[in-house]
Amino acid sequence: MIEKNNIKAWLYLLPALAFMLLFLVYPLVDVFIYSVEEGYNFVSQRSSGLGLYNFSYVLHDTYFLQAVKNTFIMVIITVPISTGFALLIALALNSIRKLRELFQTIYFLPYVTNTLAVGLVFMVLFKKTAYSDGLVNLLITFFGGESVDFIDGPYWAKMFVMCFYIIWVVLPFKVLLLTSALASVDKMYYNAAKVDGTGSFRVFVRITLPMISPTIFYLVITGFIGAFKEYSDAVALFGTDLNAAGMNTIVGYVYDMLYGDSGGYPSFASAAAIVLFVIVLTITCINLLVSKEHVYYA
Amino acid sequence: MKVVLDGLTKIFPPRTGKGDGVTAVKDFTFVVPDGTLVALLGPSGCGKSTMLNMICGLEKPTKGTISFGNDDVTELPSELRGVGMVFQNYALYPHMTVYDNIIFPLGNLKGKDKLTKEQMKERADKVASLVQIEQLMARKPRELSGGQQQRVAIARALVKTPRLLLMDEPLSNLDARLRLQTREEIRRIQRETGVTTIFVTHDQEEAMSISDIIVVMKDGELHQSGKPQEVYDDPKNLFVAKFLGTPAINVFSGKVENEMLSIGNDKVLEVKGVRDGDVVVGIRPEGFVFDNEGSFHCALDRIEVMGRDISIVSRNEACEAPVVRSIVESGDRPEFGSDMVSFRLKPNKVHLFEPETGERIPFGKIKVKY
Repeated sequence: MIEKNNIKAWLYLLPALAFMLLFLVYPLVDVFIYSVEEGYNFVSQRSSGLGLYNFSYVLHDTYFLQAVKNTFIMVIITVPISTGFALLIALALNSIRKLRELFQTIYFLPYVTNTLAVGLVFMVLFKKTAYSDGLVNLLITFFGGESVDFIDGPYWAKMFVMCFYIIWVVLPFKVLLLTSALASVDKMYYNAAKVDGTGSFRVFVRITLPMISPTIFYLVITGFIGAFKEYSDAVALFGTDLNAAGMNTIVGYVYDMLYGDSGGYPSFASAAAIVLFVIVLTITCINLLVSKEHVYYA
Repeated sequence: MKVVLDGLTKIFPPRTGKGDGVTAVKDFTFVVPDGTLVALLGPSGCGKSTMLNMICGLEKPTKGTISFGNDDVTELPSELRGVGMVFQNYALYPHMTVYDNIIFPLGNLKGKDKLTKEQMKERADKVASLVQIEQLMARKPRELSGGQQQRVAIARALVKTPRLLLMDEPLSNLDARLRLQTREEIRRIQRETGVTTIFVTHDQEEAMSISDIIVVMKDGELHQSGKPQEVYDDPKNLFVAKFLGTPAINVFSGKVENEMLSIGNDKVLEVKGVRDGDVVVGIRPEGFVFDNEGSFHCALDRIEVMGRDISIVSRNEACEAPVVRSIVESGDRPEFGSDMVSFRLKPNKVHLFEPETGERIPFGKIKVKY
């Protein structure tokens, strides 16, 4: 009887399992295999043997190292700033009564706006053209500063625009989640703290933060992962030749290795993808360890 | 410290911005004597929690003043009033241990009142032993039973030695057995600390059993206050009479003619000094004396034996409720034969009320003081 049920159970699971195997497990395994196949030829689909040469190549490739550096800078800058900003905005939204829905909608707009459309707007803001220096440069020169080429100029200027852009794009989702997390904290805790004469800063640190810590933690983890997978935003700002712009990211590098002008190297792409996987895994494990002490689950 | 509530009124603004809003408390004047345990008693929605919120400062009264001792605290923000509050759902911070919960109010002390860690521990240990939770200090609130959480909440309210302790429905989240036990406990803790305590409840039994003074409220108004027994024996109006006592008072429509009260066709009691006319008669269940010669007749429905007493459930057409509940002592071993039961009435357990206003009509020798 049990045996029979088992067969039935597998049968019911089959559609889901088949899709998972086909689209999740198989590609994952394939990436690992590609990454250790040396001298793989795309056309003949043959390799000269197994080894770690692909990793060594990737890790010595200046473009890859540049991409890793860029990605890390983006992650380190955008994750804390966007989460902190989102928390501030959510707190502000939570404390106002009037026009709250309006502001919530406004803050949510970037989330439903197309990345490339946003990129276009950023061009208007930052790009120097033959006709205009861009809105931001107009402001800078108005206040007596020197105009900067944010799109084709110095590295820090490009990185600034990049981070600005990422923060702007990821903010709405974080604001949304944090607003609902704040709203779900039972008011009685605040009343209890108030009757006991607790100052608002202590209330925030000792009550609000722990109560919404699962949401913050979730946002930090997904923020890290999302930022490590940064690619499309860079394309929207700096075009497809990111290596030339010096603004490539790890995922961008993987893509270029597969399909870019220098493409056709699935082994290098796979090795780079594995490196990214290891980085993200490590960071997530660290996050989980840190969270054990600081995150409270109801 | 005594608490003086003078003409307190709270009107909540209407939700839509139009109309008059909701009057939760109306012209409430009362003095809570120093060191007493006072119960604010009333049906749900009568404004008793709003009263408590005004006293602790979470709500601002629309009119009237609140004084602690001689200080007017009406305008004083909640955090400066120095009251301890036990919330209905305890409001223990779920992410902190019991110990951290208890010392949380102490962390708010500033300047010269600031305590060292050792002093905090000392204070926490003291209240913990008062409410008997010493062995639970390292636990989180969710690992505690309802009764234990309740004690922690009381400990947290008491740790800063408040001038006034407020409790909102302190027993409503406990099961019946625990409720009995905890109410004794609240009485004991209040006696030991001597802190003036106001607690809110809709359970009249709870209120009567432990408080020094009960304050009966309805629709935001104070109906009657006094020692529990006094209020029970001398209800000012029909509402108070009906609200106090289990089983509830039996209410009949009656008539007075020539100082004689009749219910239905039975002339049941002589009522001196009452004018002729229709009245509402309230008879406490213990006001019936089983007596075959008695003048008040009811149709016997059933007998419920409770050991110490017997509850006689009968029917009478003049009764407001479907059945009349009377309690007689079982020691007499009364014998019930026929379909009818007859009673004599104890005059001091019978109350007359105006049919329209529900106000009490005094009669006989009973001194009524409000």
